[in-house]
Amino acid sequence: MDGIRRRQTIAILVDNEAGVLSQVSRMFSRKGYNIESIASGVTSDPNITRITIELTADDGQAEFLCNQLRKIIQVHSVKLLTDSQALRRELVLFKVATKDSAERNEIIQVANIFRASVIDVAVESLTIAVIGDEEKVGGIQSLLGNHEIKELVRTGIVAMERGGDTIYDNTKVKGEFDYGKNVL
Amino acid sequence: MKLSGADIIMECLLEQGVDTIFGYPGGTIINVYNSLYKYSGKINHILTAHEQGASHAADGYARSTGKVGVCFATSGPGATNLTTGIATAYADSSPVVFLTCNVADVHFGKDSFQECDFIGITMPITKANYLVDDVEDIADVIRTAFAVARSGRPGPVVIDILSNVPAKETEYEYIPVEKHANYGRLAALQKRASHQQDIKTPEPEGDIELLVEMIKASKKPLVICGGGVVRGRAHNEFKEFVEKVDAPAAITVMGGGGYSGRNKLTTGMIGMHGSQASNMAAAGCDLLIAVGCRFAERVTLDVKKFAKNAKIVQIDIDRSEINKNVKTDHHIIGDAKRVLQILNSKLDQQSHEEWKKYVFSFKTETEYDEGGDTLTPKQISNAIDKILPRDTIFATDVGQHQMWAIQHFHFDYPGQLITSGGFGAMGFGLGAAIGAKIGNPDKVVLHVTGDGSFRMNCNELATEEHYKIPIITLIYNNSVLGMVRQWQTLTYDKRYSQTDLDRGPDFVKLADAYGIPGVRVNSSEELEKALQTALDSGKSYIIDCTIDKDELVRPMVATKDSITDFIVD
Repeated sequence: MDGIRRRQTIAILVDNEAGVLSQVSRMFSRKGYNIESIASGVTSDPNITRITIELTADDGQAEFLCNQLRKIIQVHSVKLLTDSQALRRELVLFKVATKDSAERNEIIQVANIFRASVIDVAVESLTIAVIGDEEKVGGIQSLLGNHEIKELVRTGIVAMERGGDTIYDNTKVKGEFDYGKNVL
Repeated sequence: MKLSGADIIMECLLEQGVDTIFGYPGGTIINVYNSLYKYSGKINHILTAHEQGASHAADGYARSTGKVGVCFATSGPGATNLTTGIATAYADSSPVVFLTCNVADVHFGKDSFQECDFIGITMPITKANYLVDDVEDIADVIRTAFAVARSGRPGPVVIDILSNVPAKETEYEYIPVEKHANYGRLAALQKRASHQQDIKTPEPEGDIELLVEMIKASKKPLVICGGGVVRGRAHNEFKEFVEKVDAPAAITVMGGGGYSGRNKLTTGMIGMHGSQASNMAAAGCDLLIAVGCRFAERVTLDVKKFAKNAKIVQIDIDRSEINKNVKTDHHIIGDAKRVLQILNSKLDQQSHEEWKKYVFSFKTETEYDEGGDTLTPKQISNAIDKILPRDTIFATDVGQHQMWAIQHFHFDYPGQLITSGGFGAMGFGLGAAIGAKIGNPDKVVLHVTGDGSFRMNCNELATEEHYKIPIITLIYNNSVLGMVRQWQTLTYDKRYSQTDLDRGPDFVKLADAYGIPGVRVNSSEELEKALQTALDSGKSYIIDCTIDKDELVRPMVATKDSITDFIVD
């Protein structure tokens, strides 16, 4: 199953209970993979949490990991999102040092170009929030790199499929996994 | 009615029909044992010498009966002593519910006395685990744990209850097992299942039609009997299937008991110590149908070269096994028994005389030298065959003796072979034998072990003797760690690093100290006599067989090689 290693985006629906995030993330480490980005939050159903994980792997490895995830009792559904069908975004906060008003204005201009928002202003710093994929975040980061970035934080990528299909759709594979997990 | 959490645990065990628990008490689980005292007329508790022994006993009980085994232990060291047993049950898909108590809620998370994160520790070695910090959850979690342990692909489940919770009271209402799925966690699990229209029989019809076509097109089919046939008790359906396909059938270590070695289509064990016929068939077949087999590396050896002329079809209940180790051409998800029933009904009788002739031209049984001063593995096998009844249950430890036993004996029914095939836990055998005997009081249980394995957990002789659980223990005593030594002989230029076990105890004297009679034997005659004595006495007995340390398990293929590259014939 050796193939080209590339970015893989995996969306996972799980029970919203203690220990599940640990269960899911530990599966990657014990199979020998490194999670590059992980984001987790409750869905429109308060009992269900959605986890988005990104890592580098070939397609066979990604399928293997998805299957191992689907086996976990608390996991409801797993979807591997290909680059072409995935809408991927993350929120990044930059705290940038500003020596004077000229520098402050320059940074605000950069923020405007990237449609980032200034969410906090202090005497000697500005905090900017930007939403985008790594291309956009990388763009603003390299421009802000001309200034002193005092602090940077990112949420991790969240992703959703383009078009009408959803992670809730039943498929043959999902049915096969649910069969193995049935409790009758 | 209002009951304490501990009483609710007992009531929930009774709901499941549990009559035997293996375990060991301690500080935090006192409340549960306090209730067990009250229920002692209904639930039998076997107190082992060590928690590990209890864990293997519950596992052996589960494997031999097909029921869910139950094991209790206290927090901290009591719980961690279970971990080898839990991992063993997980690797071999054995349904066991492990119930432990953790420290009280006020001490939880504070590195208190005998505290450990048992949920964290057991996450990768359980099918599911549950921390219970509320008495209201006890009944629902226990009902869920049993259902999860036995359903789908079975496996161990851990329930860790904070020690003060069983002392609290709440309402308990009896619910019969068949209605459990209508409540709580199980109802939620069922509700989200996407195939719920007919949860017991998903529609593998289209998948089955395709396999039928593949079988018709095949000239050289091979069927593999894996552990799934045993766990699914699908042995009759498997036999019918093999005969209909008219294919040679190879058996994995975990498949022992799924297809009898006496059947004329069997090629015996497949893999590292598989028979020539099995391994040659795997290399030469054009269609390989594996039932309940995960293609572990002990079966496939070099996976890139495994069955490379064949279309590979996997029948399994666990979808995550498909394409995991071997890339398959087709798969069918379902319970082995159910899938094989449908397959058999749709398949016409096939015939593969030429292919069978080719496969069975490879000798299926390895010749061992006739012994001199000491017994040979072959002589031991022959004596057992001669004296013990055909339906004797074999509980093995791990190592050379395990392979000799599995290669030689014909296991006729699921549960006849109890062995740690996946995890390979030395010290498994005696506990497992105790569990198997308690689950099958009418059968003879033979505990086959080596001197290395036996020394690990022989303290359970105390349990055996105290409860008068008659087990015949047969030790293949070669004074070395035989399997590792065999690798050193064959691939490490005879550098025998730390594999000499030329030390005590004298196992016969040791058994005597535990109150169990035994004898050391050096010849077939002595062994046959000893087996007869043991059988006639109906009591526990130990037979210490001296064998040569240079005996090898044959044949053998090294891990990195192709399945037909035997380094020893």
